[in-house]
Amino acid sequence: MATLTNAPALRRKARRERLRTLGFLSPWLVGFTVFFGYPLLATVYFSFMHYNQIEAPTFVGLRNWRYVLEQMPLFGPALWNTLWLVVVMVALRVVFGLGIGLLVTRIKSGVGFFRTAFYLPYLAPPVAATVAFVFLLNPGTGPVNDILGNIGIHAPNWFNDPAWAKPSLVLLSLWGIGDLMVIFMAALLDVPKEQYEAAELDGAGAFHKFRYVTWPSITPIVMFAVVTGVVQTMQYYTQALVAGKLASGVSIGPGSVIQPGYPDHSTLTVPQLVYSLGFQNFNTGAACVLSLVLFAIAMAVTTLLMRKRAGLLSAED
Amino acid sequence: MPRKLAALASVLSAGALLLTGCANPSTGSAEDDPTKPVTLKFWHGWSEKSEVKAIDASIARFEKLHPNIKVKATGNVTDATVNQALRAGGSDAPDVVSSFTTNNVGQYCSSGMWVELNPFMRKTGLDKTKVFPKTLLDYTSYEGDQCALPLLADAYGMYYNKDAFAEAGIKRPPRTMSELRRDAVKLTKRTKSGGYQRVGFMPNFRLYQNSPDRLFAQWGPSYFGKDGKARLAKEKASKEFYATTRELIRGQGGYGPLETFRTSFGDEMSSQNAFLTGKLAMHMDGEWRGLFMKGAKFKWDTAPLPVPDDRPETYGRGYLTGTVVGIAHSSTHQNAAWELVKFLTADTDQVVAFANAIHNVPSTKAALTSPKLDSDPTFRAFLDIAQNRYSTALPPSINGGQYVTSLQDFSYGVEAGKVHDLDAGLRKLDDEIDADNLQAQN
Repeated sequence: MATLTNAPALRRKARRERLRTLGFLSPWLVGFTVFFGYPLLATVYFSFMHYNQIEAPTFVGLRNWRYVLEQMPLFGPALWNTLWLVVVMVALRVVFGLGIGLLVTRIKSGVGFFRTAFYLPYLAPPVAATVAFVFLLNPGTGPVNDILGNIGIHAPNWFNDPAWAKPSLVLLSLWGIGDLMVIFMAALLDVPKEQYEAAELDGAGAFHKFRYVTWPSITPIVMFAVVTGVVQTMQYYTQALVAGKLASGVSIGPGSVIQPGYPDHSTLTVPQLVYSLGFQNFNTGAACVLSLVLFAIAMAVTTLLMRKRAGLLSAED
Repeated sequence: MPRKLAALASVLSAGALLLTGCANPSTGSAEDDPTKPVTLKFWHGWSEKSEVKAIDASIARFEKLHPNIKVKATGNVTDATVNQALRAGGSDAPDVVSSFTTNNVGQYCSSGMWVELNPFMRKTGLDKTKVFPKTLLDYTSYEGDQCALPLLADAYGMYYNKDAFAEAGIKRPPRTMSELRRDAVKLTKRTKSGGYQRVGFMPNFRLYQNSPDRLFAQWGPSYFGKDGKARLAKEKASKEFYATTRELIRGQGGYGPLETFRTSFGDEMSSQNAFLTGKLAMHMDGEWRGLFMKGAKFKWDTAPLPVPDDRPETYGRGYLTGTVVGIAHSSTHQNAAWELVKFLTADTDQVVAFANAIHNVPSTKAALTSPKLDSDPTFRAFLDIAQNRYSTALPPSINGGQYVTSLQDFSYGVEAGKVHDLDAGLRKLDDEIDADNLQAQN
């Protein structure tokens, strides 16, 4: 009976609790709704619409989906390039970043100089760094091919060769590896020294110490680097666009449009294609379809990696 | 459950309304009185000092004639910027807009982004057929919608190095494609290490203005059939054009070496331009190139580009394009804007003065025959190309220059020798263009 009399008061209390919780959550909820929920909803909506950003949108059913998935010849190369970059660039960046991190943490003298030397390129704005790289690797006028030629190496055409354009972008990303190096350095310096000492007492060499002491300790950081690397590379845009535009040598004037992907669509990525469709051709519906495809792939890959991460980590992690 | 369903329906309806509402850009009007004080915003693409001076002088002449209209000009504006501004709308969007390419006119007209000018012409008594040449009217309209007018034209021809010709014993510029191939080979000079000192005529499509549609114009192709479908695979000229290009490439050392040489060229609009530095003996370009040739250390001249051997009567033809100008759909001063557009495009003295100042081809019939027009003979060659009855422009298309982009992409593959079955490739190209056009239709 007493419970029944208190029921309205309990309900009021529970409601107050819920409102308080919502109050604390509201900044995030507003941000999530405005910057994620609404754009996602809008993207799904426009993927079924014909909309040129001037006239009112009209419903066209699955036409945009069929166009992108069946009729647009650039969809395949763009998707392939993006996935290629995700696999190769992310893997090499992690390996290279970890290698540099290991190297820098083991150097005895001049540590500050080496850390600065490896970190500095990361501070260069992406466009400036890309311009410099394209200049250095220019097959006709750049110094790199001259130097390689002088020592008897027949250098490739780098950004001007479809087979070498993507590897050239990977080289550019490795040059700016400073961000990952710092993260790995922090993780490596965090590994308890006692574990290394214990391993040494057990007769472990450098490889075994890395395999059984370092690697388990830094696995969460490696997974972090992989997941963020995958998400970033899925959005790869600026460097590929600038490199392609510069290397092509095609004049860009007020009447011309930058066609991304030079040479032979080898550097065309899905985000570039989304921009091209949406803001050069004003084919909003197709651009939204492509965005949703990219979103689905990014979600799938990230989920897979997070599951893998859960399997790799112990309960304590 | 019904309450939940109703709530869900309300949320979805509200979302749909919100999305639809956000999708409607601002609209303008032609209700204004052009005799009332107003400030027009005019966006154009000119950026060179002399060009900006010329357009500013044109605006000053207009303001003198229309004291109530002030014009605030913004230069160096790209088509992409204009597109974004007109789609976003807002008070800072321009009233009068121009573009350096005719490629996007179809899109501007079909989407309503640039307003239809026929009612303004009727209202103010401008007979467009009497003022503008037909080719220029064609490239400024789409399916009868005249949403733009030509503001000077560009004609493409050949610039050639007379010293190099004399050195190679060539008496006159080539007139047929076989003469072009022969002369190009003769004029090409290699270095001892296998590189190039000079190329006779580089046909590579990424060289400066060498987009494939421009050289292809020498064959006078039809891109679309009467049914509106792409017909490049059916066009006999397509195969001839690519065969000529491939022969020119092969004859001068191959695609790879030519591309490597091309990447060593300086900027097109700089003193390091490859023709100006003597790296090219013959070069396809527009009439404005003459302005940039003042520092040349060799004798040069101009001529029409060669034509196919079996069509010698068409010699003198060339590719035509030009700057176009129109009124933004979002402008609320469309009558005043029309006064500016009319002055810039149809006033003979203004057109001649501006054409002389920036070394462009005038775009009205009266201006083309005006005695006040520049008498420079190298410029006159382009005036002749512009008036040649065989000269052609690109047909407008609903999605702007998308079909030209597709043609370019395909042509890059052909010149590199990657298209092994040209017929199948051209059929695929037609399908792609048709699919893109269908996709652009509502």
